[in-house]
Amino acid sequence: MLPELGHFALILALCVALVQGIVPLVGASRGIAPWVALARPAALAQFLFLALALGALVQAFIANDFSVLYVAQNSNTALPLPYRISATWGGHEGSLLLWGVMLGGWTAAVGLLSRRLPELMVARVIAILGLVSTGFLAFMLFTSNPFERLPIPPVEGRDLNPLLQDPGLVLHPPTLYMGYVGFSVAFAFAIAALLSGRLDAAWARWSRPWTIVAWSFLTVGIALGSWWAYYELGWGGWWFWDPVENASLLPWLVGTALMHSLAVSEKRSAFKSWTVLLAISAFSLSLLGTFLVRSGVLTSVHAFASDPTRGVFILILLAAVVGSSLLIYAVQAPKVKSTGQFKLVSRETLMLGNNIVLTVSAASVLLGTLYPLILDALGVGKISVGAPYFNTVFIPLMAPLAVAIGIGPLVRWKQDSPGRIVALLWRFMLISAVAAVLIPLLAYGNVTPLAALGVGLAVWLFLSALVDLRRRLTNKGWGGFLTQPPAYYGMVAGHLGVAATILGVTLTSNYSQERDVRMAPGDSVELGGYSFRFESLSEVPGPNYLASTAEFRVSRNEAEVAVLRPEKRQYMVQTMPMTEAGIDWGFSRDLYIALGESLDDGAWAVRLQYKPFIRWIWLGGLLMAFGGLLAAADRRYRLAAHQERTAMATPLNVPEVS
Amino acid sequence: MRQKQRNRLIIALFVVAGVAVAAGLVLTALNENINLFYSPTQVSQGEAPAGHTLRVGGIVAPGTVQRNPETLEVRFDLTDGANALTIRYRGILPDLFREGQGIVAQGRLGADGRFTADEVLAKHDENYMPPEVQDALHTAEKLGLVKEQE
Repeated sequence: MLPELGHFALILALCVALVQGIVPLVGASRGIAPWVALARPAALAQFLFLALALGALVQAFIANDFSVLYVAQNSNTALPLPYRISATWGGHEGSLLLWGVMLGGWTAAVGLLSRRLPELMVARVIAILGLVSTGFLAFMLFTSNPFERLPIPPVEGRDLNPLLQDPGLVLHPPTLYMGYVGFSVAFAFAIAALLSGRLDAAWARWSRPWTIVAWSFLTVGIALGSWWAYYELGWGGWWFWDPVENASLLPWLVGTALMHSLAVSEKRSAFKSWTVLLAISAFSLSLLGTFLVRSGVLTSVHAFASDPTRGVFILILLAAVVGSSLLIYAVQAPKVKSTGQFKLVSRETLMLGNNIVLTVSAASVLLGTLYPLILDALGVGKISVGAPYFNTVFIPLMAPLAVAIGIGPLVRWKQDSPGRIVALLWRFMLISAVAAVLIPLLAYGNVTPLAALGVGLAVWLFLSALVDLRRRLTNKGWGGFLTQPPAYYGMVAGHLGVAATILGVTLTSNYSQERDVRMAPGDSVELGGYSFRFESLSEVPGPNYLASTAEFRVSRNEAEVAVLRPEKRQYMVQTMPMTEAGIDWGFSRDLYIALGESLDDGAWAVRLQYKPFIRWIWLGGLLMAFGGLLAAADRRYRLAAHQERTAMATPLNVPEVS
Repeated sequence: MRQKQRNRLIIALFVVAGVAVAAGLVLTALNENINLFYSPTQVSQGEAPAGHTLRVGGIVAPGTVQRNPETLEVRFDLTDGANALTIRYRGILPDLFREGQGIVAQGRLGADGRFTADEVLAKHDENYMPPEVQDALHTAEKLGLVKEQE
């Protein structure tokens, strides 16, 4: 009964989405007030129905209702309850439903939180989100209905893929989707502004907090995914340049560019058409990511659907979104005038540099990701583009960007003198260059060019943030901290997050140590100054698996550091072995033990790893996201929105040019 | 206005230079890092170049996996039903590496005709067959190289 209610709620949501997508849009262009006013209630109703549908599916998982095909495929009575709940989005259909619910949630949030914005603008934004939602819900209902019943329900479900039986599944997909889907709001604001023909500073200011929040979620989602892969896949790697990882990195890179370009559009009224193009691109890349992951064209942990009709449907959706928005852009963009003038040495130029580097690196990642797919589709041959490609392209592009991040906040808008900036910064550049060589040499005894580059950039980012802070707070005493707005500290936190991630990536990549060895109970192996002793091995039954648990005692200079228990699990239903690594984590290093395979005489192939500063990679991500939330919470967005609404309230019965 | 035009020109030159550098990077990196895929049959017919990183996919032939327990060195045959190729690898194999399982090995072909892998990829699902391997099996079958399997 409940699954049918869920299905019914989904159909209702589609109907509401269709109304929400058309009526307010027509109302806004014809000036029909009641039609415009329909936007908010429709958005709330749609979200309500979607939430009901999700609730029904979650309940089917909790109640082990294997008469629902999707539940039977992805759950099992032996699966612990938290994993049964997160199994809701462990497969293709359910993760699409989650996508839909998030879109509904963002739309409802726009409806509720933008009461101070002009009605027409809000109506258009909600309508555009409604159209996107219509496409997605139709896709779900026609090709991937999560509520499909089985005529003869099986007694037991096929269980969730053991890789997904982890707290990572509870956190990673929802945060990542919040980010992906959140860019739809930035997209809707851009299209709505294009339609109204008013692409002004107000538009940029309204869309900024939404973009930043979506970006923050995406950042956390990517960081969580990387952390999950690190501890769950058993290899100790944190980024594989897997097409699916790239699919999440692409909107992140373009979204980062968008965030900065919006700042210029708001403050200086420049880059406006470019900003719109970035907003369209960021959301299109989110859709492309969904297509890549869901269509089965890729082979990866994430690709479950191999039904070609699904891929075609998402491709059509993608083409419709990109095509129609570019058409609107082509018609309306020539009317947009970027009035802000700037000189060569100015913050605008640096922001432009930021945008170019980010979009070019996104383009090169896109090329590396799609190239094998295109060749395969043309039947030319099967190739794969390896991680070295991405590293070779990415590092030289990111290094100048990191230098610019340090300079940017110190340079004035519109015009600045190169002499002033050089006088302010040359000492710190010198210190960074010296630190680049000295820090790795003192800490690890040797230095490579890449290690020096990364450490130098991280130190540089840290020092330049301090210089900027000191310059702003000079003669203000300790109370001076309060004179700067939260948005400023958000920016500082974001940039320091970049520094932390660069440091983590550099030290982990250059100074990790790894050994694959044969070990029997009683054996000891030295690595990175630590001694790993294999104490014992025991069989431990889990809820739906049997584990061989090893006990390792790790010591340093005879003092015990940790006892680690890596496991090799054999899952019952999917008869699949899984490696659970034993990790002793710390701020300056992780110790990582993974069991390989069992050899004869009770010995095991064991992988031992020493990973310096690896946590900094994800801590940096969290810091960036925290900075984003701090910036989005800045009061001036709310105040400014209020003033504009009172100043330029448009009478509803006057049709607008569109 | 002349000042403005000059600025625009300089910025445009910057953009062009930046994109050109990136394009250069992309092209060299692509050249060096594309790994072509070969089936064991293609390798046995001498189509695969030696000394270049490439991928080979097939089924791990049952009964061919030999491990040296002291050095963690492992040796197995990869087959597409028609031809087999001996793969050498040192280290820990993925969890889903099994006899009869479809896997992809990435590495180099030695002058002795044996393949030294530095990475062995098995995917994350018991029923999963890498599409490249699937194709390799199909092609071998189509060419009539394989007898009907019971």
